[in-house]
Amino acid sequence: MRPYDTYHVISKVIGQPVDFIWHKEEEVDRCDAIILPGGFSYGDYLRTGAIARFSPVMRAVQDFARDGGLVLGICNGFQILCEAGLLPGALLRNRDLKFICGHLNVRVENNKSPFTSAYKEGQVLSIPVAHGEGNYFCDARTLDELESEGRVIFRYCDKDGGATLEANPNGSINNIAGICNRERNVLGLMPHPERASESLLGSNDGRGVFLSMADSLREIIKLRA
Amino acid sequence: MITPDIIEQHNLTPEEYDRIKRLLGREPSFTELGIFSVMWSEHCSYKSSRIHLKRLPVEGECMVQGPGENAGIVDIGDGWCVAFKIESHNHPSFIEPYQGAATGVGGILRDIFTMGARPVAAMNSLRFGPIRDEDIKDEKSRKAVKRNRRIIAGVVKGIGDYGNAFGVPTIGGEVYFSDCYSLNPLVNAFALGLVRREQIFYGKAEGIGNSVIYVGAKTGRDGIHGATMASAEFDEAAMEKRPTVQVGDPFSEKLLLEACLEAMRSGAIVGIQDMGAAGLTSSSCEMGARAGTGIEIDLDLVPQRETGMTAYEMMLSESQERMLIVSEKGRERQVLEIFERWDLDAVIIGRVTDNQKLRVIHRGVVEAEIPNSALTDEAPKYERPQKSFEISSDDVAPKISAGLKKLAGETSYTQPSALMTEVLRRLLDQPDIASKEWVYRQYDHMVRTNTVVLPGSDAAVIRVKETRRSLAMSLDCNGRYSHLNPKEGAKLAVAESARNVVCSGAKPLAVTNCLNFASPERPEIMWAFSETVDGIAEACRSFGTPVTGGNVSLYNETEGRGVYSTPVIGMLGIIEELNDITTQGFKAEGDAIILLGISGNDLGAGELLSMVCGEVSGAVPRLDLESEKAVQDACLKAIRSGLVSSAHDCSEGGLAVALAESCFSSYRKDAIGAKVDLTGHAQASGLKETTALLFGESPSRILLSVKPENVEQVKAIATQSGAACCLIGTTGGSELRIESDGEILIEGSVEALENGWRASLSSHLDRTFETTED
Repeated sequence: MRPYDTYHVISKVIGQPVDFIWHKEEEVDRCDAIILPGGFSYGDYLRTGAIARFSPVMRAVQDFARDGGLVLGICNGFQILCEAGLLPGALLRNRDLKFICGHLNVRVENNKSPFTSAYKEGQVLSIPVAHGEGNYFCDARTLDELESEGRVIFRYCDKDGGATLEANPNGSINNIAGICNRERNVLGLMPHPERASESLLGSNDGRGVFLSMADSLREIIKLRA
Repeated sequence: MITPDIIEQHNLTPEEYDRIKRLLGREPSFTELGIFSVMWSEHCSYKSSRIHLKRLPVEGECMVQGPGENAGIVDIGDGWCVAFKIESHNHPSFIEPYQGAATGVGGILRDIFTMGARPVAAMNSLRFGPIRDEDIKDEKSRKAVKRNRRIIAGVVKGIGDYGNAFGVPTIGGEVYFSDCYSLNPLVNAFALGLVRREQIFYGKAEGIGNSVIYVGAKTGRDGIHGATMASAEFDEAAMEKRPTVQVGDPFSEKLLLEACLEAMRSGAIVGIQDMGAAGLTSSSCEMGARAGTGIEIDLDLVPQRETGMTAYEMMLSESQERMLIVSEKGRERQVLEIFERWDLDAVIIGRVTDNQKLRVIHRGVVEAEIPNSALTDEAPKYERPQKSFEISSDDVAPKISAGLKKLAGETSYTQPSALMTEVLRRLLDQPDIASKEWVYRQYDHMVRTNTVVLPGSDAAVIRVKETRRSLAMSLDCNGRYSHLNPKEGAKLAVAESARNVVCSGAKPLAVTNCLNFASPERPEIMWAFSETVDGIAEACRSFGTPVTGGNVSLYNETEGRGVYSTPVIGMLGIIEELNDITTQGFKAEGDAIILLGISGNDLGAGELLSMVCGEVSGAVPRLDLESEKAVQDACLKAIRSGLVSSAHDCSEGGLAVALAESCFSSYRKDAIGAKVDLTGHAQASGLKETTALLFGESPSRILLSVKPENVEQVKAIATQSGAACCLIGTTGGSELRIESDGEILIEGSVEALENGWRASLSSHLDRTFETTED
């Protein structure tokens, strides 16, 4: 299961303390940051994330995010964040209606976020995707806001960084692979950075997401002290 | 009243019915008849195959659990074991491709976690009828091709949706196409899990007085008589059997996995078995039989999805995602609480007794009371009549040269090298050989972050995070070989699967198998089956790889037409060090290309013959197990000495196809061309025919690329191992060029060859606007 994948990377690769939160928990106060990992919540029979957002824990996650806590949603986690209203837009079925799994390239659009500070702007990352519903869509006004406010954080691109139609695996509007909220403390992305965090698996380009978060938390904790 | 008609409807013969009466000492009740019919079905009882399967070697140093349990288990060192198995879901996948394939995956995953193992990898072996436009010759074949496309689309989506949602990576397998699978697709699902040696669980109902607990999904009317359906031939009316196919729910299965593993760790569980084929019936009588106890259950307590179900229906239901648990008396509460936490039904439905019987009560009435042994050990065993058929030894060379001449006439390729290059291009386009990316892109093959070798290489490889070792696995069978020569075909399948794991840097360890055959009531098929078992036994003994279990699927036949004998071999290998992990693609320009092994005139039963003549005939490639072992030993030694950049096995389409595949690009690796001169190799092999040299399918050959400074060391290792070894070329450039004896045989752009190879399946299958019913 995917929760273990993220757990493994944070504990063994990044070397940070990490714990699971049970979906029936109602408090998340013990956390500095929350990650909604990929997976198939409730089988995703209705619509991805549509049921998970009603999990008892989601209310606490919403409060945590509104208080400025860092929340990262990967793949199914991104879908849940959209369903829960923490991020705008929705993830539709892939353009060709098929599940797609494979390595592809994404470009870092904005490194001024707690999730991407370890990257260079415009850096091309090789990170895998694995989803059937990753086709990001939002209305024109929201899209305009996302783009003008620099909230598109990751975009699908070719190996040279071109956000071309061919490089778009699922039909996402403007090749969007990841976005954040206005306050920049909530990020959702379809690619799986936890699957690209060890060179043995072919790429460690995804590690930067977790390293950036660890850095940001260190700053926050320093400020608090 | 049980009439001869009812007996026949239950797929039982009059003699079998008499045997039931004798074993019971009375007439069976209707419920009992149903129970006997599923337990004595071919699918559950292996009645035609059991006497033969005894000849498979099951002894080995690594063996922890051999055939007879839910899955076989081997020791991989450091206190860790691997549970693995392959099972067929052929019949349901034909009737309802999506659910048939999905529940096949669900069933094999349960077989693994029943043993206490967490599933970490899945693969599958698939066979379908033709899918190309050029396979359409008339109205009948047009319908068949369209149906085959729907079947493959449904099967692949079913496998993907179940495995992806469950969270197990589907990391490899094989896909082949032939007319004989048109009405009989084969869907064999493989799964592998990890378990600590001391945490292995068995399907035994031990401890008189212990409680029997039902957990998981509710029982419905789905899948009734699934096992019986899977034990009969099909006819035109097969589609009416759709209600016998179950419906899968991977989310329930995921919860069931976590809850079962947690319950096992709690120490409150004595034994556990999944309710697969024949559901409640098989799990209860088999658990009792293994422990020498009995089980009594009260059906009123069984969680039910529908109202008004009879005892007969409940005992025969094959609703998915259910398990039967025997819990220590007094600790039931602990088990029930774990399942409640995971939102799953868990109910005490009975107890373990000392009378060695399966006793079923419904609404206060004893509906069935049958000695376990009558359902298991005393089930009929048949030594069905066998009749050998002639093994062809025909030389197919004249047919092939006629076919090639025709091809030259149809195309403008008159130059021999242009023609051979075109033949290679076409071979790479053949659905059997073409890239299977269309399939595996729909499977999450990376979840759990252990997949070190992505799909598309000779074997799939996962690391084991808990140890420094990795596991290589491969599924292999060439149905054409087995069809023409059952014994040699089986040996060739074992040899190829061993070779594939060796090419990835692994030592072959143990085998699981799925034997797919047509009707055992035909003496020729029964003979082929028996020969196959002997072939597997001989080859497995030679490689030192015991058989840990597997599955037999008979009656793969519709309207009197059967499948090729298709014994799929699943080989597990261990890679000692991460550095040993090797893939098939050339890694750098300027590397030396070495061929281990020799080439024979082995065009019979091959891909080329099938492509240019539309024929499956001739003598199958000659396999010498000693040479095979020498080649594998040399390859593994060279890999472990750190001398090898890439290793690739030669199989369908021969050396030319293997060379092209090694040139192709893969993740983070650009395509690399090669210049190859086969003069020395051809001389060493004593082979003059260039067509056989390029496209012959001699086994026991491995293509290596090595740094130039390592060539001599690799040659020395090969000599030590007794394997032929020849330096045949250098990597580099953007072309694949093959020459021999001063003559250019093949010359083509790697990019063009790769593009065709990569796009082939998609070009046949991505036809969104085709009508769905026909």
